[in-house]
Formats: sequence, structure tokens, C-alpha cells
Amino acid sequence: MEIIQQILNGISVGSIYALIALGYTMVYGIIKLINFAHGDVFMLGAFIGFYAITQFQMNFFVALIFSMAITALIGVLIERIAYKRLRNATRIAALITAIGVSLLIEYGFIYIRGAQPEAYPDVFGRQSVSLFGATIDMKAVLILSVSVILMLLLQFIVHKTKTGKAMRAVSHDTEAAKLMGINVDNTISATFAIGSALAGAAGVIFGLYYTKIDPLMGVIPGLKAFVAAVLGGIGIIPGAMVGGLILGLVETFVSAIGFSLWRDAAAFIILILILIFRPSGIFGKNSREKV
Amino acid sequence: MEKTPLLEVKQAGIQFGGLKAVQNLNLVLYPGELVGLIGPNGAGKTTSFNLLTGVYVPTEGDVVFQGKRINGIAPYKVTQSGMSRTFQNIRLFRDMTVLDNVKVAYHALAKHTMLASILRLPSHFAGEKKMEEDAIEFLKIFRLDRYKDELAKNLPYGQQRRLEIARALAANPKLLLLDEPAAGMNPQETHDLMELIAFIRKKFDLTILLIEHDMNLVMGVCERIYVLDHGQLLAEGPPEVIRNDPKVIEAYLGEEVTE
Amino acid sequence: MKRHSKAFWPLLIAALVFYAIVQGLIMTDMLGAYHTNTLIFIAINIILAVSLHLVIGITGQFSIGHAGFMAVGAYLSAIVTMKFDLPFVVAIIVGGLVAALAGLIVGIPSLRLRGDYLAIATLGFAEIIRIIFLNIDYVGGAAGMQVSKMTDWTYTFFFMLITILVIVNFTRSRHGIAALSIREDEIASDAMGINTTYYKVVAFVIGAFFAGVAGALFSHNFYIVLPSQFGFLKSVDILILVVLGGLGSLSGAIISAIFLTLVSTFLQDYPETRMIIYSLVLIIVMLYRPQGLMGTKEITDYFRGWTSKGGKDNGKDTIT
Repeated sequence: MEIIQQILNGISVGSIYALIALGYTMVYGIIKLINFAHGDVFMLGAFIGFYAITQFQMNFFVALIFSMAITALIGVLIERIAYKRLRNATRIAALITAIGVSLLIEYGFIYIRGAQPEAYPDVFGRQSVSLFGATIDMKAVLILSVSVILMLLLQFIVHKTKTGKAMRAVSHDTEAAKLMGINVDNTISATFAIGSALAGAAGVIFGLYYTKIDPLMGVIPGLKAFVAAVLGGIGIIPGAMVGGLILGLVETFVSAIGFSLWRDAAAFIILILILIFRPSGIFGKNSREKV
Repeated sequence: MEKTPLLEVKQAGIQFGGLKAVQNLNLVLYPGELVGLIGPNGAGKTTSFNLLTGVYVPTEGDVVFQGKRINGIAPYKVTQSGMSRTFQNIRLFRDMTVLDNVKVAYHALAKHTMLASILRLPSHFAGEKKMEEDAIEFLKIFRLDRYKDELAKNLPYGQQRRLEIARALAANPKLLLLDEPAAGMNPQETHDLMELIAFIRKKFDLTILLIEHDMNLVMGVCERIYVLDHGQLLAEGPPEVIRNDPKVIEAYLGEEVTE
Repeated sequence: MKRHSKAFWPLLIAALVFYAIVQGLIMTDMLGAYHTNTLIFIAINIILAVSLHLVIGITGQFSIGHAGFMAVGAYLSAIVTMKFDLPFVVAIIVGGLVAALAGLIVGIPSLRLRGDYLAIATLGFAEIIRIIFLNIDYVGGAAGMQVSKMTDWTYTFFFMLITILVIVNFTRSRHGIAALSIREDEIASDAMGINTTYYKVVAFVIGAFFAGVAGALFSHNFYIVLPSQFGFLKSVDILILVVLGGLGSLSGAIISAIFLTLVSTFLQDYPETRMIIYSLVLIIVMLYRPQGLMGTKEITDYFRGWTSKGGKDNGKDTIT
């Protein structure tokens, strides 16, 4: 029953990617910016969760929510301080700024606390459950449950609330949304808050799953989550979820057949293939530049 | 007319997804003609231009230019084969000088190789000198030579239109496609533009296809007019026929009343 | 773009005189190893900056994977000298050529993409290149490969000079104008008869060639070549040179290469501080002066501004 375990591993990793990818895709959908700093918000989320549990003796779930709240705030601050002025700048200028913000968070954080890694507290021990003859790590079940709940919550927010409607309107046509009386600035802030909170949650469950966190841990998962977002069709929320899961499964599969050193390349190869053959992603519609 | 057509569009059309943007387009242009292509907003005029110039590949039908089928070939090859165009919303190389804007069009006519340029061989200097001289001579025709070292973006609007037409002509076309050249112009500028079109037509022995939204303007200069509506040809003929065609009147009135 | 043919020979002679003076100082031991090394670093960074300037500043193709081509040059040249015992100059050229080939392979599919999509594709390719070297035991995998120090002032200077000459000569020709027109408006460029795909790939390949040359000089200056030297951060290091100098300004790229190399040499022992400064430079330049220090101007434009009456850019009100 090795295969079930592998699939479950893949889904666990994939749902972490999916949670991060949601933030990328929502932000890109609304302001056409590849928010390079998103992976670093994920990293900060992991550390906030770590300090909440170890320093403030919080319960895991309280720490998770605490981390989400703080990362939401950080996301909004990043947007207000750095990105807001770039609304009318070229996309390249915005991208360079985002790279700058990403590096600033990483090395600013190292400057403050040092580059040494931390071991995440083992809150749940090594509990496991048995399913169809396979032994399944409790943590995997937990990751999955948290991810599914958050994604359902996101779907609810996007489709059933006023904020969600405003987000969809702004991403569809910012100017028209403005004319309809939607507060575009607040809507963009809300998007950053929600996306960053999801990344923060991903950081906490990542720490729980992999047990080791460090200030540069956000770089690679961040890039991979971006790949997941592109894979699903950037700007499309279900696309990010599916893209994350596919990427997690592919990576687990590549490792399982003995190419673990190539695992990191898999994501980038997928990226290149999707950009070349279907740049709009699995769920995206083709669009072409107006002449 | 017994001459062979310069451009012949046969049953051409294009679909985006399920939407037929243009269909059953039939156009014939004979050498030396000035033909108008009109129609209400969203009728598919610019899309038709894009079909002719290779920006879009027709999903049906053929575009035949100088006896050769050209659908599916890249825009730069279409231009090199003798058809050049301007754009509805001016597309100049804004951060390049007026002179360099025209030189871009001369690029395809020059021969010196990249290696010659990198090694500074005599052919590079000769080729560059000729390009420069030709481009300056060309700007003189359009009275733009005094701006030659200005950046294109610093020219006033009317002059930018003029420069775009000059640039298109520098590519040495037989057929010139003008996409709403009078858009955004005041009556005086429009008048100057029409004089310019008449002048270049004679001077360069050109055939011109002109998209225009403004009916009166087209009526004044074109010998024949095609009318597009909802992606299809509605009518074709000399201005006086078009002017009185009930279908055309309805299409234009319909635009104002129902939309 | 303006032509400065008259300045060509004087500048070339000045460069050669500068080389001779430094070489003299090195031979008479008046310039120590530390300062010589700083000059070598500056020259390598100039090669990287100018080669990326061709891709981003001239042709307008936003590549953030330049370190990938540098890695190809670094590794291939190291194989040529260390495994085949061939002369260094051969190694540099082989490194450049294979990097150019990599540029061709990467460029043909990815240059159909635009803007940020192209950026991400180049980043992805650079990572793939790095992971490939990481997985080849022949070049030492993650532990890297020993390389003898062969890079010296003479090699570095002359390859830097060649890089600048090739790219300046390219830029000032009809080919350069074609590339510039792509940066300005790709659709119009195509409509003017420019084979845009060809020029984008050409710029990318030339850029990759010189990145490979820089990689060869880099690896033979360090005693060791490692996959981790060519990660995303290295690409950002190169990108910042072009961004700070001004997208489209060759002299801007050179000036910022000199300046930032000095800054980072100064901050050698404080890598975090260096990265914080770099990131702040990126953010502040983009927020307050997105065109970079020089915009698309060249340093010679300023000298011209002093001698004639006023620059060309501000002639707005002279037009009626």
C-alpha cells in the first residue's frame, strides 16, 4: 500500500503549494503583479507560528489563526507601502519591485534574528491512523483538513460575500468597478490580506510537516507555488488549487521513482512546458494582445 | 477595369473562439486605386486589416497580394513584400528619434550584415551612411526633417500621425493601409492629412486602402468604398451609390439609435 | 539612440592606456592582489551588465535568468582547462559558445512570451540549468569542481573590451535599430518589416555568449565552481546593475557595475547588509526613478549637452 501513502504525501505537499498559489493567483488576477514576496510571507507565517507555540505557549490551532492574522497584516502593509504606487507602472517595474521586497524581507529577517534554522515543535507526536491497510501520518491528515477547510472558506468569501464580489469585479475590470462605486484600494488590500493569511497558514503547516524552518525557506516553495498558479491558469482560484495538487503529486512521484535530486527541476520543467504550450494554464482562456 | 488586381481577398474570415469576427470578406484593389473601408464601431475594420497584414491568420478564405497567396505568412514578410500600414492608435517607436523611426523601415532594404557592423567593416559604414541619407531625404518630403533628432514622443499629435505615415511609406510599399488616420484630428489637421494622402498617392504611385469612421471624409477622397457591418460586407461601390444605399444608412442609423 | 562615431577611437585609446597603466602597476607590484582582484571583479561585472543590457535595455526582453548562462560558461570552461588541459583562451571561447547555444535553446521557445511571463520562463530555465549541473557527477555535483586560478587582469580586460565593442557596434547599426524598435513596440516593429523573432533570439544569444565568457573568467578566479554560485540571487545581482544604470543605457550599466562592485567589495564581510542595500536599491529606484540613473541616455550625451545648447530630450517647446 506504498502507493496510497505516496499519493497522500503528494496531496499534503500539494495542498501546501495550493494554499500559497492561491495568494499568487488572487493578487495576479487583481493587479497583474507576480508578487515575488509572497513566498516570504509564507516564511514569516511559519516563524510567527513557531514563536506563538514556543514563546507564547499557544495551542496549535490558536497559533495557526494568530499567524494568519499577522501575515494578513503584513500582506496589506507590503501592498500599501511598496506596490500601491506602482499601479500605473509597467509590469516589469512592478516585478522588479516585488523581487526587491522579497529580498528585503529575507535578508532583513536574517539581519534581525540570524540565518540559523529552527526545529518546529512536534505538537502531535507520531500519531498515525490506518486506512485501507496503509499507515497514514496524522500530520498529513491534519494538513489536508486545514487546507480543505481554508479553501472552502475562501470559496465562500469569494462567491458569497460583498468583499468577494468586489474582488471579482475589480479583477474583471478595475475601471468599471471603480465607476460602480467599489472601493478599489480596499478591495486590493482585502485580496492581499486573504492571500497572505493563506500563505501564513501554509507556513505553519509546512513547519509542522517538515519540522525545519529557516529564513530562506520561502524561496523555493514560493516559486513552485507560482508554477502551480500558472499551471492552473493564473488568476483562477480553482486553478491554483488543482495546480498545487498536481505539482505536489508530480514531485512526489519523481522522488518515488528515484530521481529525488531532480525533484526541484520537475516544477520548472512543468512551468516551461505550460508557458510554451498553454500559457493560459489548464483552466485559462486564451487571450491575445489587441492591435 | 481590365488590369490584374493588386490585392484580392476571397471569402476571408476569422473566428476567435466561437465568435466570427469577420466572415466572407471579399475585396479587390486595382493598382492606383484609393479605396475606403467603412463601417460602424466594432464592424471588423481593424480586424480585416490584421487579416491582410498577417497579424491574424485567416481561419477561412484567401488573401492574394500581387498574385501570391499570403495568408499565414508573418507580418514582417508581408511588409517586405510591399504592403505596409499605420495603426489606429499611433504606434511610433516613442523613445527613438524621428530619424531612427524612419530608419527602422529602411532596415529591410539595407544589406550590410551583422558581422560587418560588429567588425566595423567598410560595408557597415557605407550601408549606414546610405540609410541615414535616404532617411533624411525622405523626412524632407514630409517636412519632418527639422525634427529628425527629436524623440518621436515629443512631436505634436498631428506630426506623429504624419511620421507614422512617413514611416510606413519608407518601407517602400505598393499598397498602403491607413487605419483611421484622421482619428483625433481637428478639421484643419484632417484637411492637411487629406492633402498629404493625395500627394503621396501621386508621388509614390500608391494604391491605398483607407479605414475611416467618418463617412463624409471617405466620401470626399475615395473612388470606391466597401462597407462592413457585423463582420460582413454590407455594400460596395462608388461614394454616391454608398451614400444612398438604404442598408448602409440603416447600419449607421442603427448604431446611433439602438446602441 | 544617437551615433557617437567620433568618440570611438579616442575612447578606445583611452581604454588601452588605462589597461597599460594598470598592467604596469601590477607588474611593478604597486597594485596589490586585493586591488587587482577588485578590478577583475569590476570587469567581470561589466561584461555581465553589458550583455544583459543588450537583452533587456536594447531589445526589451526581460530575462531574469542570466546566471544560468554564466553557469554554462563557468562549467564548460572549467572542463576545458581542468579535464582537457587546453589553454584558458580556448576555454573562455568554448564557455561562451556553449552558453550561446544554451541561449539559443532557451531563447527560441521562451521569446514568444512577453513581459513577466518571459521573465518567469528565463528564471525557470536558469534553475533547470543549475539543477542539471548539480546532478552531473563529472563536474562534482553539489560539492563543485576544483579550478586553477587563470583569470588575470589582461584576460579580463580584453574580454571586457571585446564585449563592449561588439555590443556598441551592434547597437549603432541597423541591427541595433531593429532591436530597439522591438523594445519600443513589437507589433509596429513587425509591421515595419523587422523579423522580430530573429532579432530577439540574436540579442539573447549574443547576451548568453558574453554571460558565458564572464562565467569562464569568474570560475577561473575562484579556485572552485559550484552550482550554488549561479542561483536566482546571482541573476538578481546582474539585473540590479542594468536596472540601476537605466534600462537602455550602456554607460549606465557600466557605471553601476563599477559602483555596485565597489559597494559589495566593501560589504564583503556583511552579506546580509549588502543584500538589504541591494533590495532597497531595487525598490527605491523602481518607485522613484523607474528609468534608472541614466534613463536611456549615455554619458556622452551629457558632455554634448555642455557644448551645444541644451539636451535633445527637453526640446519639447521648440516644436510648433
